[in-house]
Amino acid sequence: MTDATASEPAPNKTKSSILELDDRTKKRNAAEARFKFYGMLAVGTGVFALLLLLISILSQGIPAFFQTYIKVDITLTESALDPSGNRDPEEISKVMTFSYDPIINDSLLHLAEELNAQHPEMTVPELQDQLQGMISAAAKGILRQNVIANPNLIGQTVEYEFLTSGRIDAYMKGNIDREQAELDSNVTPQQLDIADWMVEEGDIETRFNWDFITAPDASELRPEAAGLGVALIGSAYMMLIVFCLALPIGVAASIYLEEFAPKNWVTDLIEVNISNLAAVPSIVFGILGLAIFINYMGLPNSSSLVGGLVLTLMTLPTIIISTRASLKSVPPSIRDAALGVGASKMQAIFHHVLPLAAPGILTGTIIGLAQALGETAPLLLIGMVAFVNNYPASILDPATALPVQVYNFTQRSDPAFVERASGAIIVLLIFLLCMNLIAIILRRRFERRW
Amino acid sequence: MNDMRILERDVHTKATKIKGDKVQVYYGENHAIKDVDIEIEDNTVTAFIGPSGCGKSTFLRCLNRMNDTIDGCRVKGEITLDDENIYDNKVDPVQLRAKVGMVFQKPNPFPKSIYDNVAYGPRIHGLAQNKSELDDIVEKSLRRGAIWEEVKDRLDAPGTGLSGGQQQRLCIARAVATEPEVLLMDEPCSALDPIATAQVEELIDELRANYSVVIVTHSMQQAARVSQKTAFFHLGHLVEFNETGEIFTNPRDPRTESYITGRIG
Repeated sequence: MTDATASEPAPNKTKSSILELDDRTKKRNAAEARFKFYGMLAVGTGVFALLLLLISILSQGIPAFFQTYIKVDITLTESALDPSGNRDPEEISKVMTFSYDPIINDSLLHLAEELNAQHPEMTVPELQDQLQGMISAAAKGILRQNVIANPNLIGQTVEYEFLTSGRIDAYMKGNIDREQAELDSNVTPQQLDIADWMVEEGDIETRFNWDFITAPDASELRPEAAGLGVALIGSAYMMLIVFCLALPIGVAASIYLEEFAPKNWVTDLIEVNISNLAAVPSIVFGILGLAIFINYMGLPNSSSLVGGLVLTLMTLPTIIISTRASLKSVPPSIRDAALGVGASKMQAIFHHVLPLAAPGILTGTIIGLAQALGETAPLLLIGMVAFVNNYPASILDPATALPVQVYNFTQRSDPAFVERASGAIIVLLIFLLCMNLIAIILRRRFERRW
Repeated sequence: MNDMRILERDVHTKATKIKGDKVQVYYGENHAIKDVDIEIEDNTVTAFIGPSGCGKSTFLRCLNRMNDTIDGCRVKGEITLDDENIYDNKVDPVQLRAKVGMVFQKPNPFPKSIYDNVAYGPRIHGLAQNKSELDDIVEKSLRRGAIWEEVKDRLDAPGTGLSGGQQQRLCIARAVATEPEVLLMDEPCSALDPIATAQVEELIDELRANYSVVIVTHSMQQAARVSQKTAFFHLGHLVEFNETGEIFTNPRDPRTESYITGRIG
């Protein structure tokens, strides 16, 4: 307390009313209002761009999950498929896919006759010819697999549902019209007429297509059969590898650096390098993986193992940085409390600090995983961009990944791949959304107040 | 306890528990504690008083080597606990801290249940053979912390859900659960309201029967109320160390007098 008494109010100060805004206040308020407006503009731009992106992807991609099927009665003639007649699966499997073409064609004659009865403007041979072009090139392969699996079907007439060709599917989804069909060598306006007639009969219908998610990729000859199965398995393998390697290595490294390492120029150097590694372009990690894992260590290229290792290297800095940040954010009073009752440093860390840091560590790890899931560039360099048609049975088998599959689809000329690329992006986004959801749930679950 | 009776308080001469000899503490270049010689007795409450930054907390943290966790902190001189140098190379600070417990300024229970808070120390030191022994230790410690009656029905509730005063008593219970010989308290009541403070002070007086208690406090009244011996620190020096009654009624050093009469600090 001072001895000075309260001084008199300054005599020459003009008296102002608080009911009236003075100029300075008006200026400050205007500046604040302007800033708020800019902020809203920025947020609005972001939201608008996001909505535009989502709408365009969803509108293009959702049709990829639906596919048009055509019902055909196929007569599996014994003379063509099993000449010896003993139903030996080995002999049946010797009949190549090529030989199933005439079987489908012959069976289409029956369908053509039926259609001719109702629509006499086209002759039966004409109809049969057009129908051949409407069935997916994948049909004979499917038929062959089915016959090998059930040899007893031979000699019977079985109703099959085949995929229609990509163009008929596009017509059913409203993507092409008759004028375009005139110019397109893969489809004729007559086929579109036939498709219309068959829809009336209920022989052509569009429905949900699980094969898009489960089937392996297919070539440009049959875009309608292409799926994401191999990419999904490859991505799942890689996420598993990244999680199993990056989490323990990253957490151990962060705990050591944060809690045990002496603070000197070596640790400073390591710290700077980790921060720099987090900013290194991912394609550099691809080159590294190619040089070390494939060329030097001789691991099989295109395999999920190499992909997972490369992505682990790429994810580690992210995990280390976020883990260290969450370790740092644990209040020192908790450490003091543990040390104060005689816990060793390691006990204090593992019993008290780590559980409190866990939500942050898990969030960082999942963000790192999500980043790895969406990574394309390094995978291109280690050969995961290859066309893979067989499901990878192990992490050593060639596989591909979701983002690479998207890239692959966009490289192909057939317009049917446009919707498949967007569809693959939707699947990728759903995966990322799920991972972020898990991150939020884990954070909520483990979060504790102190 | 009544302030007016501090002169009548009888102080027996007891065995020396902790002895500091020419203790110097440096934080990097900063010389924080200079030439401190002190003898802290068993079964006595010793108060450290002094203005902020005088080094009283630093010296307290030297007594169980909590300063080891601070980068750049160096301790010279000798501090002995029962005639054993605690800064000897052979001493593991973890073992030392089991003998010299500590209660901190801010109540810092673990974000676990009340039971686990108290049981943590005995568990890591292997003091209990089985669950019922552990239960006994927890109950005894909570009773010593004068909080048993309030929490006995909700031992599974989180320790962080208690009020500030209860949390601090829980921390004291946690500290005594490991059966320490010395209890260090760093401003244990600074975050508490007067009622909680009174409860903790009463508890400190009871703890004197079993432990040597060292308490750092900013409140001279508190030092006068709870301690038998008081040490006055100023700018890193131990200015005066004497029986509490003497310090407050008959200070020898002019700086002590200035401080306790409120002219400095």
